[in-house]
Amino acid sequence: MLLTGAEIVVQCLQRENVKYVFGYPGGAVLHIYDAFFQQDEIRHVLVRHEQAAVHAADGYARASGEVGVALVTSGPGATNAVTGIATAYCDSIPVVILSGQVPTAMIGQDAFQEVDTVGITRPCVKHNFLVKDVAELADTLKKAFHIARTGRPGPVLVDIPKDVSAAKCEFRYPETVSMRSYNPVVKGHQGQIRKAVKALREAKRPILYAGGGVILADAADELTALARRVGAPVTTTLMALGAYPASDRQFLGMPGMHGTYEANLALHHADVVLSVGARFDDRVIGSPEHFASEPRTIIHIDIDPSSISKRVKADLPIVGDVRHVLADFLRILDEEGVTAPSEALAPWWERIEQWRARRCLAYEQPAEGPIKPQYVIETLWKVTKGDAIVTSDVGQHQMWAAQYYRFDHPRRWLNSGGLGTMGVGLPYAMGARFARPDAPVVCVTGEASIQMCIQELSTCKQFRLPLKIVNLNNGYLGMVRQWQQLFHGGRYSESYMDSLPDFAALARAYGHVGIRVDRPADLQPALERAFSEHANELVFLDVRIDPRENVYPMIQGGKGLTEMILSADDL
Amino acid sequence: MRHLISVLIENESGALSRVAGLFSARGYNIESLTVAPTEDPSLSRMTIITNGSDETVEQITKQLNKLIETVKVVDLSEAPHLERELMLLKVRATGKDREEMKRMADIFRARIVDVTDTTYVIELTGNQGKLDAFIQAIDPALILETVRSGVCGIGRGERVLRV
Repeated sequence: MLLTGAEIVVQCLQRENVKYVFGYPGGAVLHIYDAFFQQDEIRHVLVRHEQAAVHAADGYARASGEVGVALVTSGPGATNAVTGIATAYCDSIPVVILSGQVPTAMIGQDAFQEVDTVGITRPCVKHNFLVKDVAELADTLKKAFHIARTGRPGPVLVDIPKDVSAAKCEFRYPETVSMRSYNPVVKGHQGQIRKAVKALREAKRPILYAGGGVILADAADELTALARRVGAPVTTTLMALGAYPASDRQFLGMPGMHGTYEANLALHHADVVLSVGARFDDRVIGSPEHFASEPRTIIHIDIDPSSISKRVKADLPIVGDVRHVLADFLRILDEEGVTAPSEALAPWWERIEQWRARRCLAYEQPAEGPIKPQYVIETLWKVTKGDAIVTSDVGQHQMWAAQYYRFDHPRRWLNSGGLGTMGVGLPYAMGARFARPDAPVVCVTGEASIQMCIQELSTCKQFRLPLKIVNLNNGYLGMVRQWQQLFHGGRYSESYMDSLPDFAALARAYGHVGIRVDRPADLQPALERAFSEHANELVFLDVRIDPRENVYPMIQGGKGLTEMILSADDL
Repeated sequence: MRHLISVLIENESGALSRVAGLFSARGYNIESLTVAPTEDPSLSRMTIITNGSDETVEQITKQLNKLIETVKVVDLSEAPHLERELMLLKVRATGKDREEMKRMADIFRARIVDVTDTTYVIELTGNQGKLDAFIQAIDPALILETVRSGVCGIGRGERVLRV
């Protein structure tokens, strides 16, 4: 049967089991929207800005593990999507973005709403395609999904000119993909894995350092089993919170710039570091030279060879899917009869417990007077029983959420770790809610970040998404203010935002519930009401927090893991 | 250190810009880059000359491999290999210079491939050093134009780069 390009797009998405498409119509995608109108298998979610379309698709992918799909028009539709695409790229999230393009005959003529979408997005996609012939459309879409979800995942953009979506051809969706140039490794090298297991068993001071790759590979169970088996401490990066239960004794918290005292010192002083799907990012180890000053054996498991020995030289590189590789670790330990942790780690744990005794995340919430942001997150954790999907934007509130909401399960913590994109929180929460319609979804944000995609409150109304937004409102670009206080002589250049809206009233204007919280005593009741009385509504909690509060511990950019500032007294 | 990297890549539009974009985005040097289809027209072969520490070059080869359209990457300079570059020079060839230019071309085993009353076009093939030496050997005032292809490289003996 002959189908139009637009009908082929819809057919391909159905074959890929796509349930939601997040998008915004426009001239170049009218044929595709027409085809969507005439089917009801895939639900289209109309956002209010294309950036949010990609963020929502990205959030959907993070929460579900499936490929997220966004659809935007040519020109400004595509350029608005770029921030979303780059955000997904930096965190290796599988997203397929379909963009309209001007008709092929007009490409290069500066046509209305024409940009070189493939050129603009090239550095921030895993791959992209311009489809010039309708006969190539189905194959290209098949490849796009395959590339997005396999290997190190990432966004793939398919640019579809308007005449291609109108043209007809015979539809046949390929069953499989075969590309001679793209065959990602899955199994790790067995010899290397055996060496790694040996190094881990012989270690006096081992640490498991897990990154976002563990979440992406759905390897939390294997990581947890390995940690329990060898008895080593575990630190998970910002991208891997939930990959290991935060309530477990072996968990040291997050490492890095705002990591815990015990995680940073353990990572620095370990004699064997098993890096699993992590990449020794600058926000994790700070200065590579400082990190290299301590002798240690680094085992680095990653599906992407270019992540290995990029910033820190690996002694034992293992290229492969971390879930497969960790399963091999466990199998080898079985073969070797290792069932319980070695007693030899006792001195190492003694040292760690001494570091832990510093209680670097301790804070005090005065009964009267300013609400402490840490208290907000801990109360949220209590009220949601630690079981919500939490999204965040970027800044102080993001770090507090990461430090004080103890994630016990993967895919519950959604944030922009790599690109650090303000504005992701609300669209991530939307995507997460579509992925997990049964789960409580909370967006922890700040008064600055939320305004970068606040128009999506309208989308939330249209689709009746009962999200809970916790706005940590301190009137400042908090993290910028913190850096200015600590490193720029207290010159608060443009970090104070005057003329903020009344957020509770704004939420009500969009048709939601808006509640302002000023006193510590009102916080827990307000949160409880949000999840009981207003369970089926979106609730915007505008929480006025102490504007002077800073995120600690902190390592200044470019410094080493042992150079932590634990409180204002350290300055 | 100077490295000569050969890449087999799908002959798709945009493949060259992916490679060029990779080098500029990550701050790697490109001294020269040549590309043309192979005997299999669906595949292109690139030769890239780059400079960098061993760690940088290792990252370059990994990043090149990571491109979806890349089929194979080899650092040819790790083992015995041949390098060739083609140069065309247009020179002023009048009076006594005409004979001198012919003589120099012979010495360098170059060929004169275009002749007018006043000019020669000289074709010279060799490694980069030989081409540089020829330019230095002739009177710079006589050079009207030069064009160089960039370096092509191939491994010696049984070392074969193919799919």
